[in-house]
Amino acid sequence: MKTLLIAVISALLVACANATKTTQDDSLYRALGELEGIESITHRFINEIGFNREIITHFSDTDLGRFKEKFIEQICFESGGPCEYTGDSMQQVHRGMDITEGEFNATVNALTAAMDTEGVDKRTQNRLLKKLAPMRGDIIYQ
Amino acid sequence: MKWLHRPYASMMFLALLVGTPSAQAEQVTGKLLAAPGVTQVEGSGGGGLVPWAVLAGYDSREQTSGTVFSTQVHLPDYRLNSQGVAVSFYDRVEVSYAKHRFDLGTLGGALGVNDIEQDVLGVKARLYGDLIYSQWPQVSVGLQHRWLRDRAVAQVVGADEADQGTDLYVSATKLWLDAFSGVNVLGNLTLRASRANQFGLLGYGGDVEKSHSINAETSIALLPHPQWAIGAEYRQKPDNLSAFEEEDAGDVFVAYLPNEHFNVTGAWTNLGQIAGSKEQKGFYLSLTGYLW
Ligand code: HEM
Repeated sequence: MKTLLIAVISALLVACANATKTTQDDSLYRALGELEGIESITHRFINEIGFNREIITHFSDTDLGRFKEKFIEQICFESGGPCEYTGDSMQQVHRGMDITEGEFNATVNALTAAMDTEGVDKRTQNRLLKKLAPMRGDIIYQ
Repeated sequence: MKWLHRPYASMMFLALLVGTPSAQAEQVTGKLLAAPGVTQVEGSGGGGLVPWAVLAGYDSREQTSGTVFSTQVHLPDYRLNSQGVAVSFYDRVEVSYAKHRFDLGTLGGALGVNDIEQDVLGVKARLYGDLIYSQWPQVSVGLQHRWLRDRAVAQVVGADEADQGTDLYVSATKLWLDAFSGVNVLGNLTLRASRANQFGLLGYGGDVEKSHSINAETSIALLPHPQWAIGAEYRQKPDNLSAFEEEDAGDVFVAYLPNEHFNVTGAWTNLGQIAGSKEQKGFYLSLTGYLW
């Protein structure tokens, strides 16, 4: 039992160490299906948002063409692809929307549902979520 | 309530109760799948043996949630049955209740008692952080207060007190997204001040140690997929009675979380020596249903 305790604690430490390691490669970009894959995911994502009555209200005055373009750029960039993000900062974009924690999680669920439909495996999804998670503070309750 | 005494029948009932998705499902859900964990044997949100810093339901800061659970532990010489409810408010406070029935089997015959029953009331408050999104782990403090309904056995084994007792704990829990090759990892560390003998079933304190001692409890889980968690837990326990050694507890578990309405956990658990019966190892099965 004591050995189990030690094993658990060292596993925790290893997990910590790995969690702070950043990768500079484009393997995530490739796993998402490159630009074509990211375009399909974004298309599905917008579809999914359309099914959620509470989230869609935030988009009532949005230029969806621009949103789509900027979102694709951002995912491409964050996943290590050959894109530059030319949109506004997350804080600027979501300011004044008073997006709640629940709405944020529902949006993440919409994105994972979109990736499910596009056949992106869960481990690739986790890798992308890790890239997006730090943005949450700039998005909710602004 | 007769169904309380038929564990498996009540589990089926529970499954029926929560199996029908509510109309709310299409709307905003507060947390990611697996974020509330499962239900700990004393009724708090957590792993199986260890309470975690997460609160029991899928509520976010704007919501409340209610859960019910049922847990069976099959040991060679005993059976533990735990059922209860938890309500959590605005991802801030959780209140839980569990009823334990500890069946003594043939051992009970000698003492003229079939089982030991106790009630556990739990309260937990989130102090800091978010399981997934904050830089540091989510931290909560909690208490579990127990009342023994059947005190005869506690008195026989020499407990200092056979009536009621309180545990206090602090838990830190974190989920690392993509900790390694796309697998999410959850880690928990809990420190508990307790004087309970065998989860309180054998009373509180004894001749070796009368007062609270600090015990470490830890869980680790790998989530390769949002619907599946596999992991292990370890729970240090007080050892207060000279006549009946108490050992630390541990388990390895698999949890399946198909949706936001229910999840099921199977575990192989080792509770060590209990009231003189050695090597109490066995199968643990737990079902949690999310009502709203
Ligand atoms: C990690 C999560 C999120 C990411 C990565 C993200 C990313 C983006 C991006 C790249 C844009 C376009 C920026 C531009 O036009 O310059 C945008 C716009 C927008 N986002 Fe988000 N977003 C996230 C979460 C959310 C949530 C939770 C909501 C609401 C529930 C939301 C609502 C909006 C709306 C309404 C716009 C359009 C703003 C406008 O009309 O100008 N976003 N988001």
